[in-house]
Amino acid sequence: MGSPWLYRYSVPRGTQVFCLGDTLYLCPMFPEYDVIVVGAGHAGCEAAAAAANMGSKVLLVTMNMQTIAQMSCNPAMGGIAKGQIVREIDAMGGYSGIVSDKSTIQFRMLNRSKGPGMWSPRSQNDRALFATTWRNMLEQTPNVDFWQDMVQGLIVSRGTIQGIVTGMGQEIRAKSVVLTNGTFLNGVIHVGEKQFGGGRMGEKGATGITEQLVSLGFESDRLKTGTPPRIDGRSLDYTKMERQEGDDEVVGFSYLPIEKVKPQNQRCCWITYTNPEVHDILKTGFGQSPMYQGRIKGSGPRYCPSIEDKVTRFAEKERHQLFVEPEGWDTVEIYVNGFSTSLPEEVQYKALTMVPGFEKAKFFRPGYAIEYDYFPPTQLTATLETKLIKNLFFAGQINGTTGYEEAACQGLMAGINASRNAHEQEPVILKRSDAYIGVLIDDLISKGTDEPYRMFTSRAEYRTILRQDNADVRLTPLAHSIGLASDQRLALVNAKQGEVARVKKIMEEFKAEPEAFNEFLESNNSSLLTEKSKALKVLLRPNIGIKEMMESVPDLKASIGECSPLVLEQVEIMAKYATYIEKEHEMVQKMSNLEDLAIPEHFNYEKLTAMSIEARQKLMKIKPRTIGQASRISGVNPSDVQILIVYMGR
Amino acid sequence: MLPLSDTIVAIATPPGEGAIGIIRLSGANAITIAAKIFSKKGLEQQPSHTLHFGKIVSNHTVIDEVVISLFKNPKSYTGEDVVEISCHGSNYILQQVVSVCLQHGARMAQAGEFTLRAFLNGKLDLTQAEAVADLIASQSNTAHRAAMHTLRGGFSEDLKDMREQLITFSALMELELDFSEEDVEFADRTRFYQLIGALTTVTQNLVNSFSLGNVIKNGVSVAIVGKPNAGKSTLLNTLLNEERAIVSDIAGTTRDTIEETLNINGIIFRLIDTAGIREHSKDLIELQGIERSREAMKKADIAVYLFDASVDQLDELKDQQRYFEENNIKYLLAGNKVDARGLEKAHDTYRGIDKQIIFISAKNKENINELKTALYDLVATGDLQQEGTIITNVRHYGALQEVLKSLHDIKSGLDNSVPGDLIALDIRHCLHYLGEITGEITTEDKLDYIFSKFCIGK
Repeated sequence: MGSPWLYRYSVPRGTQVFCLGDTLYLCPMFPEYDVIVVGAGHAGCEAAAAAANMGSKVLLVTMNMQTIAQMSCNPAMGGIAKGQIVREIDAMGGYSGIVSDKSTIQFRMLNRSKGPGMWSPRSQNDRALFATTWRNMLEQTPNVDFWQDMVQGLIVSRGTIQGIVTGMGQEIRAKSVVLTNGTFLNGVIHVGEKQFGGGRMGEKGATGITEQLVSLGFESDRLKTGTPPRIDGRSLDYTKMERQEGDDEVVGFSYLPIEKVKPQNQRCCWITYTNPEVHDILKTGFGQSPMYQGRIKGSGPRYCPSIEDKVTRFAEKERHQLFVEPEGWDTVEIYVNGFSTSLPEEVQYKALTMVPGFEKAKFFRPGYAIEYDYFPPTQLTATLETKLIKNLFFAGQINGTTGYEEAACQGLMAGINASRNAHEQEPVILKRSDAYIGVLIDDLISKGTDEPYRMFTSRAEYRTILRQDNADVRLTPLAHSIGLASDQRLALVNAKQGEVARVKKIMEEFKAEPEAFNEFLESNNSSLLTEKSKALKVLLRPNIGIKEMMESVPDLKASIGECSPLVLEQVEIMAKYATYIEKEHEMVQKMSNLEDLAIPEHFNYEKLTAMSIEARQKLMKIKPRTIGQASRISGVNPSDVQILIVYMGR
Repeated sequence: MLPLSDTIVAIATPPGEGAIGIIRLSGANAITIAAKIFSKKGLEQQPSHTLHFGKIVSNHTVIDEVVISLFKNPKSYTGEDVVEISCHGSNYILQQVVSVCLQHGARMAQAGEFTLRAFLNGKLDLTQAEAVADLIASQSNTAHRAAMHTLRGGFSEDLKDMREQLITFSALMELELDFSEEDVEFADRTRFYQLIGALTTVTQNLVNSFSLGNVIKNGVSVAIVGKPNAGKSTLLNTLLNEERAIVSDIAGTTRDTIEETLNINGIIFRLIDTAGIREHSKDLIELQGIERSREAMKKADIAVYLFDASVDQLDELKDQQRYFEENNIKYLLAGNKVDARGLEKAHDTYRGIDKQIIFISAKNKENINELKTALYDLVATGDLQQEGTIITNVRHYGALQEVLKSLHDIKSGLDNSVPGDLIALDIRHCLHYLGEITGEITTEDKLDYIFSKFCIGK
């Protein structure tokens, strides 16, 4: 052991240094972590879990250990396009699907009548159970440490992140840091003319980080989002509302065999509507609206407008739909989906009591709007690492997204890549043709966003491939290869694939006389067969299902034998939609050489004089990773891309 | 965006008529495609860097006798398999050969795409590449404008308009997919069905106009009509004599047809004898009179009414104009026998005519170019009859065929009650190719439309 002062500058603050005989002992309160995750919302929790499961030593830092994995807005997971994301997170080995399944109080598969790419799982969840399940799962994950404090600064040296500084002055070192601050960065809450700092109602905002990042050269901006009032369910008259029940079959999100809620035990939701009287009362509060008075500077999402926005922008509409959602198994708390507002609380109250069923409503707390800092995501690479500071990652609302699912999947990917970086491994990037997650990240880093970004199926060009039923096939093998998805997951996928192939072969080969099928076809109003036909061909007809066919054709059932309904569903989807699936695969194939054509990291765009100045500036700013990504940047047109290819060379 | 894995085709020699013209195919299927349209068997088995004499055949019809040069990868201009087809240098033949290649799976090359591939495969250095980049930049800007210019105005407007409607519809379709849980109205399938029908008709007409070759094969039909002694024969001779150098000698077509074809800025005009062959025209017109030539006028795309402007025929001219307008015939007025000295007087005499008169002297070959420009403008600005000529550009022919294919898929999807998300897939395809013709790039921002028109959001 050398002289102790050699270590003077390399010992983190807070480290106990003491001598015992000749030997100097360092006893740090914190070891050096592989990954520090700042924030324990949906993004932070997934990031911590992913990194830890890949073998990294992880510290999860949160301002409040009691509010890990809060559902700050509606008590629901999934939905159209979002449900697909949750399935993808689960297929990768993330926790959101499992946590959702364990806390589900109602499940519906949305868009069942559409093509299989549109089927979207959605659950209503017990808000408290959701959060405790997450915390339990994290606590049971080896390699995850927790620390409760606010992070006030980052330690950066030579363009690389070194660690964090907490509010109490602790310096904690790590190879990678993932920031998932959500709505907490300089959060300001607005209710009518009142405004106060905070990251969620009743919780402090976080300060310091934005200012430091801006001083390091980051751009930041403001966004706004809102949430509706919470109501005492005992004060509502449900007889005046429409019931909305859960599905008869609870499919769930996770590909793992998890016990799901029994269909008959599901809770129901209700639907009711606003009316012109409600709108008139709301208008009386516009004079005190923080939105209309210009106190809120950030832009809010157009697809999730406040009720006052709906009334103003769609004045011709006499009513707006409200979903009345229970917050859990045991609580009487109710969430009024569709009534997000930042009008003064007494206006909210008066207006809501004009809604059928809400005449005697008691509030638990009013709705509010919140403004927060975000960092335009064009400042990130495809791994969600910042371009400015190596090994620093951003995930979730800090990137301008909205939604638990959007946040969670970014957390997952940032966690994976933070861990990969810490161990000097190759990055893991999902393509647009791999997953909605790939679409989301590519959109964010290529196009940026000036309103909270939410996923829609129409954002994905390959949605017939990116289905909720095949996320495991698409992603689990990759996730397993990087040490994230368990052996069990891979075994399940392989077994499913084997079964699908087996049943498909039987369907292709099973041939029977018309009599074998005709009774079944007649009962389904399908034209009768006149000659010997293959089962697969009959399956291609509209309104013909494989399960029903097996029931009416005993020989077929005998050939197929015992088979999981999920396998049958796979076979059916792959047969019925084969042409469309094939079409999309062809498109993917056609585009693959552009998607795979990498642009050198330090490519000099200045010399591309044949290209428009706008395109050059955009390219210089965004630094696309591939030609495919370059082609999606707005302001870069196809001929610019061709020119780029020409200059780039081989 | 351009995929780089398919086989591309284009005319490699400069536009205009020459002794020979070369068509180049490049890509993995270049040789296979050439083999399919070549009269001699076994082209695929031939070694690289060999020449093969034979015929290009389409539907059992010989298009031309050609020499095919084979270059196998990597020893070719692009570094891919390349086939060069040397034909006779007629615009018509070259376009025909290209269209046969397209039918067999090639894609029309974009500006600079051969060189682009050559560069990507390491066949060119950067200075050469810079030239390509400049080419791409300049051509892509003008390409769509040029395309729209040659498209008949009415149709291009229709196409643009229908494309807009299609975007709106696909936005409505997305609305019912992404927001099906919400209280929104859905896309009206009946109206959509009508739109698809209308688009199919227009597209089919455009495609037909190409594949029937109204422009390229038959040219724009022009009837030169007028009273005996107006100078029709002289005008015909003057027009044809001047053009003789660029009229090609096409094997398999009759000599008469060739001699009556006129190429103005790349558009072929077929000068129809209103009453027979030139040498005898005078007699025939005299024999069969004005009624017979009126029949011919109705069949033609454009009528050129020629009259002797050295004398006063004002009333007759007005009658004639009325006749053209009542019968919806596109026409030009050409006052003959007016040389430079008589111009002022002729202007005076015909001041009462509200349409532009092109005063010419067929005999002295004066102002013939003005007449040609007027003919060209009539086609290029799209002021032609409905069933006349439309597309002359093979690139757009390729795009239109893709449009047609996706329209067909959309329709069969609607017929079979295929879910909206799958129909949307074909709409996306259709919009992409429509955009290639109208020059508008699909921004795909249907969400903007949805958010501006519908109240979305729980």
